[in-house]
Amino acid sequence: MEKTHVTATVNGDVKEFLCDPSDTLLQVLRDELGLTGTKEGCGSGDCGACSVLINDRLVCSCLVLGVEANGEVVETIEGIGNGDKLHVIQEKFLEHAALQCGICTPGLVISTKALLEENPNPTEEEARYYLAGNLCRCTGYDKIIKAVMDAAKTMREDA
Amino acid sequence: MVSVVYQAPDTLEGAVELLANSKITAKVLAGGTDLIIQMQGINEERLVVDVKKIPGMLEATLDQEGLRLGPAMPNAALTAREDIKALFPGLVEAAYLIGSTQVQGRCSVGGNLCNSSPAADTIPALIANGAQCVIKGPEGLRTIAAENFVTGVGRNCLVDGELLAAINIPRPEDRTSDAYLRFIPRTEMDIAVAGAAVSITLDSEGVCTAARVAIGAVAVTALLVPDASNALIGTKLDEAALQSAANAASEAANPITDRRGTIEFRKHVVGVLVKRAAKIAADRAGA
Amino acid sequence: MSEAQDFKYIGQRTIRPDGHDKVTGRANYAADLALPGMIWGKILRSPHAHAVINSINTSKAEADPDVFAVMTHADIPNQTASGIQNILAKDKVFYHGHAVAAVAAISEAAAERALSLIEVDYSILKPVMNIDDAISSDSPILHDDLFTKGMVEEPTAPSNVASRNELSKGDIQAGFAEAEVIVEREFRTATVHQGYIEPHACTVRYDEDGHSMIWCSTQGHFAVRATTASMLNIEQTKLNVIASEIGGGFGGKLGVYLEPVALVLSKKSGRPVKMQMDRNEVFMASGPGSATRNRVKIGAKKDGTITAMEAKLFYEAGWAPGSSPLGPACMTVFTPYDVDHQYVEGFEVVVNKARCAAYRAPGAPQSEYACEMVINELADELGLDPIDLRLKNVAKEGTQTLYGPKLKAVGLVECLEAAKSSAQYKAALKKNQGRGVASGFWFNVGGESSVVINMNEDGTGTIVEGSPDIGGSRASMQMMAAEELQMPVESFSAIIGDTQNLPYSNPTGGSRTTFATGMAVVEAAADVVSQLKERAAATWNVTPDQVEWKDGTAINTNGEGVLSAAEICGSAAKTGGHISGRGNISARGASPSFAVHLADIEVDPDTGKTTVLRYTAIQDAGKAIHPGYVEGQYQGGSAQGIGWALNEEYVYSEDGKLENPGFLDYRIPLASDLPMIETVIVEVPNSFHPFGVRGIGETGIIPPLAACGTAVSNAIGVRMSELPMSPPKILKAIQDAS
Repeated sequence: MEKTHVTATVNGDVKEFLCDPSDTLLQVLRDELGLTGTKEGCGSGDCGACSVLINDRLVCSCLVLGVEANGEVVETIEGIGNGDKLHVIQEKFLEHAALQCGICTPGLVISTKALLEENPNPTEEEARYYLAGNLCRCTGYDKIIKAVMDAAKTMREDA
Repeated sequence: MVSVVYQAPDTLEGAVELLANSKITAKVLAGGTDLIIQMQGINEERLVVDVKKIPGMLEATLDQEGLRLGPAMPNAALTAREDIKALFPGLVEAAYLIGSTQVQGRCSVGGNLCNSSPAADTIPALIANGAQCVIKGPEGLRTIAAENFVTGVGRNCLVDGELLAAINIPRPEDRTSDAYLRFIPRTEMDIAVAGAAVSITLDSEGVCTAARVAIGAVAVTALLVPDASNALIGTKLDEAALQSAANAASEAANPITDRRGTIEFRKHVVGVLVKRAAKIAADRAGA
Repeated sequence: MSEAQDFKYIGQRTIRPDGHDKVTGRANYAADLALPGMIWGKILRSPHAHAVINSINTSKAEADPDVFAVMTHADIPNQTASGIQNILAKDKVFYHGHAVAAVAAISEAAAERALSLIEVDYSILKPVMNIDDAISSDSPILHDDLFTKGMVEEPTAPSNVASRNELSKGDIQAGFAEAEVIVEREFRTATVHQGYIEPHACTVRYDEDGHSMIWCSTQGHFAVRATTASMLNIEQTKLNVIASEIGGGFGGKLGVYLEPVALVLSKKSGRPVKMQMDRNEVFMASGPGSATRNRVKIGAKKDGTITAMEAKLFYEAGWAPGSSPLGPACMTVFTPYDVDHQYVEGFEVVVNKARCAAYRAPGAPQSEYACEMVINELADELGLDPIDLRLKNVAKEGTQTLYGPKLKAVGLVECLEAAKSSAQYKAALKKNQGRGVASGFWFNVGGESSVVINMNEDGTGTIVEGSPDIGGSRASMQMMAAEELQMPVESFSAIIGDTQNLPYSNPTGGSRTTFATGMAVVEAAADVVSQLKERAAATWNVTPDQVEWKDGTAINTNGEGVLSAAEICGSAAKTGGHISGRGNISARGASPSFAVHLADIEVDPDTGKTTVLRYTAIQDAGKAIHPGYVEGQYQGGSAQGIGWALNEEYVYSEDGKLENPGFLDYRIPLASDLPMIETVIVEVPNSFHPFGVRGIGETGIIPPLAACGTAVSNAIGVRMSELPMSPPKILKAIQDAS
């Protein structure tokens, strides 16, 4: 099968790769680029574990073709935080024990970043609805929402 | 697994040419939130024509004529448009209800329409608002009313070589507004078990002078329910009128029992939704 | 241990040692490993719920140039291995999704394509899809050789009833004769799934030389080794199983589905093989929790003294006899109550569904749901507060359980009292709102745990444990080691050892890890302390008992001298070699954790839609090592139980096909579906654990079923008796009642 040449900015780096046009962006990120922090939970857009940002817009990478990333800016969990320093959202997830098994965590961190960029001061209800597409089976969401609200507060204070 | 041949033309004509001349099954890709799932498990080739590079596909313009909606505009972009929301709050609500925030980032009203699911949320809202679908094909442009676009479960009036070029919604008269409600078991993420969109026009006395009621997920296609509309017109949307519209909707519904709901449940609930949506639309129209 | 120990590290909310990896995406889960030359395996699954396999023709798949290996049941070397027929069906398929054959090909897509080249000839049989049908006299029989075990009279004909259990204490007839009020009801629950977000996956490499390895997501990698080694006739030393990070399990990753298949494919192809179930496969072909039909009858005196409790339980096993949790269901059903006369009869029934697996407190949610619903109805009949009724009959230290031992000190009274004095219990309710209270009981098991603590030259240490960490237990291990060694938590890292690093450890299950593996950590830490003291003693020329270990230092009580762990470890080479402590134990003394939950639910009377308004989970932890992760277990269990009660169920077509194998229509709770889940940690120490720990992971899923069941019933004024209470069922109940 003929592959397509794709150039995309991934976590700030210009990446070139050959992509089977049948592959999803999720497959490309994980299998071609080795960015396995983006997880597959369902492959049908129902769980949010594969959440990434394309041009700052939150999407499920399992519902995007890899070839569609050509010329676009993609941000994955590996691009959050800065070397040794965690992003505030990541810190708050740890402080609040907002993860148990951790498989949903990368997606939730990405989605929370998108939420707080759109709405720096969400109500609890707004946060819950924004994150409704990120399934977590371990926590009952309580500590996740507390971490999100605390991260929002900290980011507002730091801004 | 499907084998994709991907093309992203930058003109409508280019897209039509690709679709019309393809030797393999051709599919239009907007946000892909239905298409990519539907292609899983198919061991065939598919021509995938990504229409997002075509000018106008991702934009919406609102003027004195009304709304011209680019069919591939992501719902996240549509629902952020306060000007559109002010005029068509029900349509925007319907767009907002589809899937998660992530799905909102990709899915579109045009995609929802062309996917032609009986449970599509925006189709009843388009019907209630009298939307017209502009179709581009090898023979040129043609226009069809939203209520006639879908012809069956996953089937619509598009023939080979055609694609949806725009959705036009006339500017509503004064004191007109709409609402869309759906029933799902959870608060998000589910497919509609029943849905109802209502557009209401009131006169200065609060009497309903025009109404369009459309219901979804209760028949093979979304239905315009003239009996329900007629039950509202000429009334002040009192309890009796609302109940009569609800009954007409329940009567018109012809649902199935499946993993999401039973026939009895759907028939009943669609009436409840019509009643509630009519009330909300009227409150908005009168505000 | 004493009643009130002062802890220096235990009870803090530390940052978990694996935390950074998990919030940055660095943590590697089952699907995250790729090996050079790796190919992809896929499984062909039955489209039928019940059929005879007449033939399987793999020749076209084998001829495909992209295909490296094809296998069927016949390729598994040990044909007598346990569980082999669920791995790949032999001559009959018993459920929609039953594995039939497997391929390995150059890519995942090529493997999927190759599956369609395998020709299977089936003779379709009528499926048996529920308990009522399975036990009816005209039902098709799944297994010709299945004769009901545990019958009073030896059965003469095969049956879909796999076994009968009976538990009894006192005289049930006499108990009901004493009763002035009797409530009896029957309840049904649907097939449910654990719903972990990470699909089953593994990457394996077969090596003739004896270094085969399996990288997989499992609750018990030693069990994966044992199962795989047995099926493939491999010596255990030649198979290393590495537990990846695990993305949820809840009992569902105790079983083995892919690993032996992948290893055979690897052996046949000479390539490393990766396999990953897609989400549909997870729902179709891993192990769901039993659907049940349970009748409970309880009698009491007018003052609320319960005189007799009786239950008749039916549990689906899926197709495989012995795979239901009927045993624990019978044992747990009445344990929260100190009642002299109790009788339970249970039946396990086979149906054409996937073989059941454990699901968090397996068996208990369904049976205790029935009991707790009847208790709440009884309270209404008697005009008593449901918590008061429970307190009047409460199980406590010394209560004779139905299943054997007398209870040691337990915290149910304290949980009930905390529920009664909670803010939620006192809050007023509005129209269409209802409240439910329910208790829950689950065991805690001990078992085999192996731990090594390796001390580094700078005095820090690495804890190597054999229990996969599914919810943050490494943090607890760190804290327990820190407490025993009186050294900062950060002095220790904690990792999960491979099967080649440690002796056998039981899987993470049965709420055992923080209890039993924690005991092993304490034992290993004590071993380290003892060696540190010996080395210090040698340095000072005193005896080890003249050395005191305090605040992370050795103190010479027979003269001058203080040595830190860093100093002792730094010079260990000169005092006898480097230091490691060992704790390989078979833990005893586990003591159960009781819980009480409160649910407030509003029902839309026009649509039957439910909204959980408020929820409180109260549970006895013995001693909470890391309170944040203890609360997390309470909250997570509550959320799963709420999902079970309200919306989760497997939906099958008439011909036995699973119609909702995905998160779209298998509706687990979303962030927007739930309120904050308030928690109360009760601490009645378990005197058999050095720090008082009880295992707390599972109990939390039990009370939500009846708490929600009662809340909905109270909101609509109709007693609901079937789970899930989905909107169509609630609306129908409202309409039928009016």
